[in-house]
Amino acid sequence: MRNPTGGRWPRFALRRAGRLLGSLWVLVTASFLMIHLVPGDPVRAALGPTAPADLVLAHKQELGLLDPLWRQYADFLSRLLSGDLGVSISSRLPVGETIAHRLPATAQLAVAAFLLSVAVAVPIGVVMAVLTRRGRGRRAELAFTGTSVVVGAIPDFLLGVGLVYLLAVQTHVFPVAGLDGPDSYVLPVLALAIGPAAVLSRIVRVEMLAVMEADYVRTARAKRLTPLRVHVVHALPNAVTASLTIGGLLLSSLVAGTVLVENVFAWPGLGSSIVASIVAKDYPLVQGTVLVYGVGVLLINTLVDVVLALLDPRSAIGES
Amino acid sequence: MRALRRPVGVAGLGLLALVLFVAAFGPVLWGERATVVDTGDLLAGPSAEHWIGTDNLGRDLFARVMVAARLSILLALAATAISLVLGIALGAAPMLVGRRLGRLITSAVNVLVAFPGLLLVLFFAVVFGVGARGAALAVGLAGAPAFARLCHTLVAAVSERDYVAAARIAGVSRVRVLLRHVLPNIAEPLIVNATMAAGGVLLTFAGLSFLGLGVQAPSYDWGKLMQDGLNGIYVHPLAALGPGIAVVLAGLAFNLTGEAFAAAPGRTRPLEAAREPAARTAPVAGTSLSVDGLRVTIPGPAGPIHAVRGVTFTVGDGEAVGVVGESGSGKSVTALAVAGLLEPPIRVDANHLVVAGEDLMAAGAHRRLGTSLAVVFQDPMTSFNPAHRVGPQLAEVSRFHQGMSRKAAFARAVDRLRAVRIGEPGRRARQYPFEFSGGMRQRAMIGMGLMGDPRLIIADEPTTALDVTVQRQVLELLAEVRRDTGAALLLISHDVTVVTDVCDRVLVMYAGRVVEELPAKDLRTLARHPYTRALVAAVPDMETDLNRPLAVIPGLPVDPTQVPSGCAFAPRCPFADDHCRAVAPALVAGVACHKSAEVGR
Ligand code: SF4
Repeated sequence: MRNPTGGRWPRFALRRAGRLLGSLWVLVTASFLMIHLVPGDPVRAALGPTAPADLVLAHKQELGLLDPLWRQYADFLSRLLSGDLGVSISSRLPVGETIAHRLPATAQLAVAAFLLSVAVAVPIGVVMAVLTRRGRGRRAELAFTGTSVVVGAIPDFLLGVGLVYLLAVQTHVFPVAGLDGPDSYVLPVLALAIGPAAVLSRIVRVEMLAVMEADYVRTARAKRLTPLRVHVVHALPNAVTASLTIGGLLLSSLVAGTVLVENVFAWPGLGSSIVASIVAKDYPLVQGTVLVYGVGVLLINTLVDVVLALLDPRSAIGES
Repeated sequence: MRALRRPVGVAGLGLLALVLFVAAFGPVLWGERATVVDTGDLLAGPSAEHWIGTDNLGRDLFARVMVAARLSILLALAATAISLVLGIALGAAPMLVGRRLGRLITSAVNVLVAFPGLLLVLFFAVVFGVGARGAALAVGLAGAPAFARLCHTLVAAVSERDYVAAARIAGVSRVRVLLRHVLPNIAEPLIVNATMAAGGVLLTFAGLSFLGLGVQAPSYDWGKLMQDGLNGIYVHPLAALGPGIAVVLAGLAFNLTGEAFAAAPGRTRPLEAAREPAARTAPVAGTSLSVDGLRVTIPGPAGPIHAVRGVTFTVGDGEAVGVVGESGSGKSVTALAVAGLLEPPIRVDANHLVVAGEDLMAAGAHRRLGTSLAVVFQDPMTSFNPAHRVGPQLAEVSRFHQGMSRKAAFARAVDRLRAVRIGEPGRRARQYPFEFSGGMRQRAMIGMGLMGDPRLIIADEPTTALDVTVQRQVLELLAEVRRDTGAALLLISHDVTVVTDVCDRVLVMYAGRVVEELPAKDLRTLARHPYTRALVAAVPDMETDLNRPLAVIPGLPVDPTQVPSGCAFAPRCPFADDHCRAVAPALVAGVACHKSAEVGR
């Protein structure tokens, strides 16, 4: 604590990078082991019971399943480092190509939904906190918590179905499915964003309520600033840092949520392809997709920690 | 059953009972209808006979939704049970398998928790294959890390406790300690969380079946029904929405029930409106602070708390007045009230309350106090905003109230930091509060008050949170600031020595009232109130160690929700008689005691 500015950032970077690498290793190893954890013969299961034995053998050879395990692992890692994710069993296309082709649509969906939910949730949470602090506005509080609990409990794919029914089938305002022009983004993004927005606004409210009772907010009031300035300049940054941790979790679950929503809207992203490949037992494709999703989640978590450290310097030196 | 007293709890438990009933008896009651194929009535819309229509084989969908309840709920409960058991095993592992291995498990859990549940579910779905059993295992395993983390935290908290340590020392085996001593103590939060998790699992499972990875035909759960319904959403939307509504209701039933049990806080009753409009009185001339009949009421779960019950005093220009009393005497509330820092629903009434020339009972006075009133709070560690640098926090006063530019205000902040003797003020002003020591922060807080031109400084226990040597420095700084600026001081403290050293005059508070008011130099020798005497007696002599806690005055302070009608000190007073217990003494000639003449002798 004496000279915290000195080695603070390098140490933080080192520690965070270490954690990222550790998690990456777990992810890579788990996706490698996935195919070996499948009970029975995975290739036989993928090709079906009628496939001739030599075809099964050929596939096994191609997947390297006949080598000793350590050798397979080493090959897997070295191929991964050179960006080679293998070849899909069913389509015979390189997995990397398929993913590169489908990833942008998924990423756009997730990012748009995240931005929308933050843009909606933060102002709502702050306003509700100010309105309901210290037991004021009981009715507003009850209505708000009630709505957000119910909305938060509706899974995104169901919201998607509801939205399709209301805004596409009934009124034809937006297209039912597919990715075709900016209009087609509206429903999937809404379906993904509404739930997280409800949860996040509750969290922002609770954090704001806690922060508004803090001593330093009292200090700000003792400076006789306007309430707006007290809330926005002094309370909000502290509430945001606390909400951000959970916001990060929300963002990564939103990434996973795309899987379901993409299937509702026949969105040409990774989500539709991972489900199809699980059903088809196309292991190389599943492996690659799981890796990409996992890496995405890890990068988001790291990004959140970095932003957190920039906003609140204490978090960078803490938790050693 | 506190949860049952809240509408959320009633709604949750009611819904849950309904859902469980349908799950138990659904197949019995509707099983037959659900399988009747009616080829003359395929994909029909809602009608009196088929409430939400029929499917592609003409089977009644409402009946199918009801029948599907059992499988949906059973699978969700099974998956939750897997998560719970595995989570407890992983979470309690550090306690069972020793430090090294335990560490490893904990960090593995931490890595896994970072991945969203659905991703883990998909991973395990690959391993276990498509189908109901595989999906249950997948969802169960995927939920385990979150439970493990929760269980780990709970176990860590419980194993600190004495009885667990005692059992360990007594040589009870680790597994036994876990089963007999630890688990029963963490059961409640675990069950509450499991209930809420079951709601989430239900939704996840519906999602899996919806994707075609969960329950397979001819079996069906709600997710499967939705999947079947989605294809026909153009012609027959209810086929998809009906089972969806069932899923949401069932999920809510679990969520609300868990939530109601998790947080059943006591309600505080709001205060009734002010009783009588306070009689207006005029402030005393030549004072920096003049208050008459100050009353502060705080709403509480057991009725209103009368924290301050009619306090009248003044602080003359340039004068230093101390307020002493035990915690709970209302002295800090008084300080916050006269500083204008109490907010509704706390109610502040007074016949007048004039601070630094501003009438706080009138609107708009607060803003002008920004430069004429300085407030120093008790805990310097928490009184600065951790998200902003120190300099700008000081500069804000000048920018906001004196219209200075960012640069000029910052220069003034640096200058004020120098004035409160902070070394290298230019560098310090660019640091965050956490880089300051406690004493430095308190000095910076005083510096913040000096950004304006204070007529009055209100200091609420300014030295309580500090080391003895630092206490001295801060008190000296306060004295010096008063010498330089001529500001008056209202010093709140539980420490008689501090107050006698710094102040000209002392108010002694007890149970929300001033019980005695006298010159500081007379406090030790000429006190006439039994409480003041006890307070002074608790500090043996002039050479008292400031670190020493106040010696105990026999008996407990008054419960602020039930102030007696007579003298509030009577239960602890050696002089008390029936008259004392019946009639509250008024503050007359500086003392509020029926027997002051007797006591003073
Ligand atoms: S009024 Fe009576 S009970 Fe109260 S302090 Fe005086 S002697 Fe004690």
